[in-house]
Amino acid sequence: MKTKYMNPYLAGVLLGLVLLMAFFFSGRGLGASGAVKSVVVAAVEVVAPGHAANSSFYSKYVGEDKSPMKAWLVFEMIGVLVGGFLSGAFSGRLKWKVEHFPGITANRRLVFAGIGGVLFGYGSQLGRGCTSGSALSGMASLSVAGFVSMMAIFGTAFALAFFFRKNWI
Amino acid sequence: MGPLVPQEIIGADWNLFIAFVVGIGFGFVLEQAGFSSSRKLAGMFYGYDTVVLKVFFTGAITAMLGLLFFSLFGWIDLNLIYVNPTFLGSAIVGGIIMGAGFIIGGFCPGTSVCAAAIGKIDAMVFVGGIFLGIFFFAESFPLIKDFYMSGSMGPLKVSDVFGISGGALALLVIIAALIMFKLGELAEKKWPREEY
Repeated sequence: MKTKYMNPYLAGVLLGLVLLMAFFFSGRGLGASGAVKSVVVAAVEVVAPGHAANSSFYSKYVGEDKSPMKAWLVFEMIGVLVGGFLSGAFSGRLKWKVEHFPGITANRRLVFAGIGGVLFGYGSQLGRGCTSGSALSGMASLSVAGFVSMMAIFGTAFALAFFFRKNWI
Repeated sequence: MGPLVPQEIIGADWNLFIAFVVGIGFGFVLEQAGFSSSRKLAGMFYGYDTVVLKVFFTGAITAMLGLLFFSLFGWIDLNLIYVNPTFLGSAIVGGIIMGAGFIIGGFCPGTSVCAAAIGKIDAMVFVGGIFLGIFFFAESFPLIKDFYMSGSMGPLKVSDVFGISGGALALLVIIAALIMFKLGELAEKKWPREEY
């Protein structure tokens, strides 16, 4: 099959080397949802500082000498934005677009993207990390949590694929 | 010698800069692999494009072997590497909710940010959804806290559960991955699709 993308096995090796670099330098793996959590915490702290200080969730991250945005994952995700943009520029893929299966409307795609995002956001906090932080980095460090997350995420997506097939095929 | 920052071989001041550089590599590789396309990602679950399987497992195995060999050569102290702790109940239920989010939304958090970076509007909406979802979790935290904290097993490793070495576990994962790669290639032949 002709492809405009990198060979997936080569991309996998490169992804693994990036992850290994994170472990070797910082002693930790990659992540994504944790950065959005920092943004949520920072936003709540600005809008409702009293609520943030009293909440059993936000109070873990806010206080006199703590700043939620000065976090490893926040800087890493800013890097992801830059790296993704550079790759898109390099390969001529920078374009405003709602990508969707031709059998559905753009609006339907956006509604489902929003619902999926809400679910992923909620699940990532309950599961202590998403596909990158818990599953990928966890598997690399042989953690039980990593393997469990991977199987639960992919297993559920496979199990539900039939019900959402009209959105994709 | 590694990990460098926790052992103070590199100053902690550099850690956020390292995070930024690592992130650039992460975002670049995800986009080059095609993870900025939800239709390509969802292909995994319908068999027409198994790039997710190939990149994800090759990446996990590369880093896994890297850690094991670095440790063998004395280049890294695995005791200083963060191993995410296992809370079985919340890991399974959280994973199920994330899996539903994956097939409904077509992205995961890392890939959605990467796709948003090249202008995918559906990805931007997904990122907004993540923000809301985390906010809902934070607000519902008092109600769910007991379940969230239940079944704590600490930073448990699969190799310890089965009483095998890390290397033996890695070999089993490699064998499983090779079988899945073969199945993925067969599925792509069976349900061919144009690329997005």
